[in-house]
Amino acid sequence: MGRRRSLLAFLLLLSISLSLFCSNASADFQSDELLQDDDEFGLEGARSPDLEHLNPIRTPIRRRSDPDSFSSSDSKAIQFTLEHAFGDSGFSPAGTFTARLKSWNHGGHTLTKLRFSRNALTHAEKEAFEKLLKEDDFYIIRVPSNVLSPGPDYIVSSIKARCLPRETLDEQFVIHAEGVNILAVNYGSAGPCQYPRPLKFPAKWSFNSYTLLKTSEQAPRTPAFAEELLAGENGEEEGVKPPEKSFWAKYWMYLIPLGLIVMNTVTQAMNMPEEQAGGQSGTQAQQTVAQRGPNAAARRR
Amino acid sequence: MAVRASLFFLFLLLCSLLAAALYEDQVGIADWHQKYIGKTKQAVFHTQKAGRKRVVVATEENVIASLDLRSGDIYWRHVLGKNDPVDQIGIALGKYVVTLSSEGSVLRAWNLPDGQMSWETSIEVLKPSKSLLYVPANAGVEKDNLILVYGGGCLHAISSIDGEVAWKKEFSLEGFNIQGISQPLGGSIIYIVGFTSNSQVVVNKVNAKTGELLNHNSVAYPRGLSGEVLQVSSDLLVALDAARSSLVTINFQASDISFHHMAISNLVQESFVTVSLLPLNVNGMFAAKVDSTLVLARVKDTGELEVTEKINDPSCVSDAILLTEGQEAFAMVQHADNRIHLSIRVNNDIATEVLKESISVDPQRGHAQKIFINNYVRTDRSHGFRALIVMEDHSLLLVQQGEIVWSREDGLASIVDSTVSELPVEKVGVSVAKVEENLLEWLKGHMLKLKGTLMLASAEDVATIQGMRLKNSEKNKMTRDHNGFRKLIIVLTKAGKVLALHTGDGRVIWSVLLPSLRESDVCDSPIALNIYQWHVPHHHAMDENPSLLIVGKCGQSSDAPGVLSVVDSYTGKELNSIMLAHSIAQVIPLPFTDSNEQRLHLIIDRNSDGHLYPRTPDSINVFLREMSSIYWYSVDAEKSMIRGHALKGKCNLDSADEYCFSSKELWSIIFPSESEKIAKIATRKMNEVVHTQAKVNVDHDVMYKYISKNIVFAATVSPKASGEIGSATPEEASLVAYLIDAVTGRILHRVTHQGAQGPIHAVVSENWVVYHYFNLRAHRYEMSVIEIYDQSRAVNKDVWKLILGKHNLTSPITSYSKPEVVVKTQTYFFTHSVKAVAVTATAKGITSKQVLIGTIGDQVLALDKRFLDPRRTLNPSQAEKEEGIIPLTDALPIIPQSYITHSHQVEGLRDIVTIPAKLESTTLVFSYGVDLFFTRIAPSRTYDSLTEDFSYALLLITIIALVAAIIVTWILSEKKELREKWR
Repeated sequence: MGRRRSLLAFLLLLSISLSLFCSNASADFQSDELLQDDDEFGLEGARSPDLEHLNPIRTPIRRRSDPDSFSSSDSKAIQFTLEHAFGDSGFSPAGTFTARLKSWNHGGHTLTKLRFSRNALTHAEKEAFEKLLKEDDFYIIRVPSNVLSPGPDYIVSSIKARCLPRETLDEQFVIHAEGVNILAVNYGSAGPCQYPRPLKFPAKWSFNSYTLLKTSEQAPRTPAFAEELLAGENGEEEGVKPPEKSFWAKYWMYLIPLGLIVMNTVTQAMNMPEEQAGGQSGTQAQQTVAQRGPNAAARRR
Repeated sequence: MAVRASLFFLFLLLCSLLAAALYEDQVGIADWHQKYIGKTKQAVFHTQKAGRKRVVVATEENVIASLDLRSGDIYWRHVLGKNDPVDQIGIALGKYVVTLSSEGSVLRAWNLPDGQMSWETSIEVLKPSKSLLYVPANAGVEKDNLILVYGGGCLHAISSIDGEVAWKKEFSLEGFNIQGISQPLGGSIIYIVGFTSNSQVVVNKVNAKTGELLNHNSVAYPRGLSGEVLQVSSDLLVALDAARSSLVTINFQASDISFHHMAISNLVQESFVTVSLLPLNVNGMFAAKVDSTLVLARVKDTGELEVTEKINDPSCVSDAILLTEGQEAFAMVQHADNRIHLSIRVNNDIATEVLKESISVDPQRGHAQKIFINNYVRTDRSHGFRALIVMEDHSLLLVQQGEIVWSREDGLASIVDSTVSELPVEKVGVSVAKVEENLLEWLKGHMLKLKGTLMLASAEDVATIQGMRLKNSEKNKMTRDHNGFRKLIIVLTKAGKVLALHTGDGRVIWSVLLPSLRESDVCDSPIALNIYQWHVPHHHAMDENPSLLIVGKCGQSSDAPGVLSVVDSYTGKELNSIMLAHSIAQVIPLPFTDSNEQRLHLIIDRNSDGHLYPRTPDSINVFLREMSSIYWYSVDAEKSMIRGHALKGKCNLDSADEYCFSSKELWSIIFPSESEKIAKIATRKMNEVVHTQAKVNVDHDVMYKYISKNIVFAATVSPKASGEIGSATPEEASLVAYLIDAVTGRILHRVTHQGAQGPIHAVVSENWVVYHYFNLRAHRYEMSVIEIYDQSRAVNKDVWKLILGKHNLTSPITSYSKPEVVVKTQTYFFTHSVKAVAVTATAKGITSKQVLIGTIGDQVLALDKRFLDPRRTLNPSQAEKEEGIIPLTDALPIIPQSYITHSHQVEGLRDIVTIPAKLESTTLVFSYGVDLFFTRIAPSRTYDSLTEDFSYALLLITIIALVAAIIVTWILSEKKELREKWR
């Protein structure tokens, strides 16, 4: 009995702490909720690739989420570092990625809720970056290929340093992951990069980072097609009929020469002013042509 | 209703496609087909007296063929699969060719006259081992001869009549390796001799009828044996000892095994480095190669050895043939100064040469590598001999009576790479006589054609018309033509020979066996790798010849030094050759030329350093200007890794080499090794031309194609499913397709096909990829298409922006911008498994594309790209139909008429090469494997030219008739008018 009571008490405590945490999170990290939704959406593989630039996940720099809050939750939180190099220099730590590792029943893992916090640029780093900008050299970053147990293999990515500066240094990470492995990082500026690359320095020497996690899409397959085919056969009557074309759209090729002929006859008739009757009919014809005139112009545009 | 309509539409479409096929009498006008067999490994001559003389050969391209001894033509030919190499070949019962293939696991008998397979026996091979085929000499045709096959530790006796296994004997001895089978004449005992791994000589005496083991005897040889051994006679073996310094004769038929040992240095009285034994099936004799010297030796009855001859020139010996009872003849060829000296000797009088001939051969054929002889009875009843000689360039010669009766250029069966060269420009100043003659012939030809069109031609005339069409001298000229149909296809073969083929009829214009790719002291086991265009003159096209770069390397290992050779495209002369100090991992032809119009090539070595060629100050100037925009990628299939590189600066070598550049890694993609393994990488052809960047949709909307030369298609499969089809379950198998930008390493698109498996074949062109794989769930092959469109340029659709100049169409495109792409995909079933995929290429890229598929039946199928359009829908609207969108079907149709190889088979098809002609509508297609096939195709039909059989005469006559009619009617009307006026 005592054990059950203690269990109940524990559960109560847990729920309270959880709700507290949630309210805390909602108060502090408005963007995090969005991120969560976005990630879940991405997991289903339904995200179209062009969505990514419409709502990039913006993780403000220097706003580190408390790692302890992750460890208290039941899915596993992991961290891995981003290292950078300036041109030919060696790699040094530049920031930390935090993510949650979801484990599935069938043994697979998925990374979700990727966040990134960048270290502020030190003075030496700033100088090195300035040198890169002047020489139009590469700014190189790397992350471990296996985020659980970082081995000797790193995923390297690079960008011409001159592509990054805007107001601040805008960067974007698109991390292609498969389970706990990172396949590739598309690293670059968030927008277009001009060519030829002009030398310009950022107003503020800090990074503005966007991160995006991408998992593989499943190829759509034609079994759906076979059903559609059957459905199409059943619903024969409902088959989409091509929209009925207007009279003009159908017969314009006959109408225009006809109009010309009519016009021709009219002018001929006008040239013979002796015959009054012919002239009257001619004006009528002209009126009809005049009515059609603008219509034809609109169609042909 | 909709389905019926769509079917009707499909039918209409099929009808429209029918016209793309050709008529029977058009075969051979634009296409040619050449049959080859590859480098001959073994040859057996027909022993039967009746019928035409033939030779049956087995080659390194896994071909078994029967050749006509008088002309070298192929009677019949079978190309066995890639994994089914022919090990040995023999003739049984005088009517079957018996072949042992796949490491002694398949024994087949082919009927000699027609090549039909009589029977096939598969032999269970437990462990891979040396295989041996022993076909007893034809003691009597009527007797049921047993063929003995040793493979995988088991000896099988197989009836030569029906392939039944008569008996089977297992030799379970550890490390037992068979070395010889001998059957004393007429005896019912078989001796099986072998060595074990610990240098024991084992002799098994087996009853030939039942397979019963009669006697087992084994003796260890104290000094150890190297495993190289020759059977000299029915009871003698000659082996090399473990130190490879002395020869051991082993007599095994006596009750106990006896050894006799002799140092090689005693035999040749010289110091030596390498020694190997050469097979020479002459009773009591053997041959050995000591360094480069050939030593012929005889084994005396006492077991002692005696050297009979030493030959220093490059030479080889043939197997022996039985002339009469106890008299055997063998042939020997020596090569000296472009002549081969053939001598035939008989074993009982070794000193005298029965026949001595000296034949001059083309120096471009290299040395003789193998020789097979055959005897015949001359008109004066003496013995005559003919020899089949395999040359260094893999060609095959038949020599008889001191001359080459025929030769086959069989190196063409193993093409490694190919490229195309333009022919020389026609020089002005053609003689009048030539033109007159041409005119007369031209008129005659057209008269005949007119007759043909008006159905007046007799059968003879039809034949002449056909002959004229085929022998159209126009297409075989050695000058450039207006349409760009005439070109030289330059091919590089495995033997290191470069040949130029004329596209008109496929004849060899020149051939050169590259000295730098021949085996020599500086370069042993050279490997030919690639061929590139080195110099294409534009400014001085009249007086300068184009040249080619041939790349090879010395040795199999990845750090083997490279070899470069520059060859003139018109004459085949080697202009220059360099032995490189570095290895070759990748050759990148750069899109720049120096002032001499030599193309710059960057060769990447194993350490990812780049080396620039040609090594001229001019080229380095050009290169340094462009250096910052040169990127490349490398694929490490073992580590499942793709890396991107850029050049950094000068090499940090000890010696200052200004043509050497170091590189740095810019990006890497690592596929998780437990779930993905690289199976296929495909890229766009560098010389591909794209005509339009935009695609107009049905709703008059514009989509911009994502056209990047840097797009790389990579496909990975799960490691479990990397084997044969069926080795993995659908749940285990998956295939992931990637589109990668090779400059930045961005993954533009990634898609997973669950339950799919390789082999994957892919082709990339313009903004699309088509790939072919196997779907385990549906048990069918599938083809998927990915089309990729650029969204960042979609804003240009606004007319006002275009007018005000605010569009970004003319701004330079850089890979560093974030790509905004939209991808459209579709998947279709496809019936065939595929050997190669290619896409048509035209001069301006206007003509619609066809995907060329090399099917498993060794044919080339042209499939319209429209069938692989991802926009196909079930019920296309009227507008979509007008645009040419085909209703969606789940499988791609295979229309028999769209086989561009029509009735031919390109046996062992390996690759399909497309070459744009000058005429926009036409693509030249060259496909090669064991055979060669060339044709030209017009994917949208020849809309820009009249067909070749267009009757100009008829047109002329019509015009003349019309003019005459006009004149007549004019005169008539004049007269009439006059009459009117007079009235």
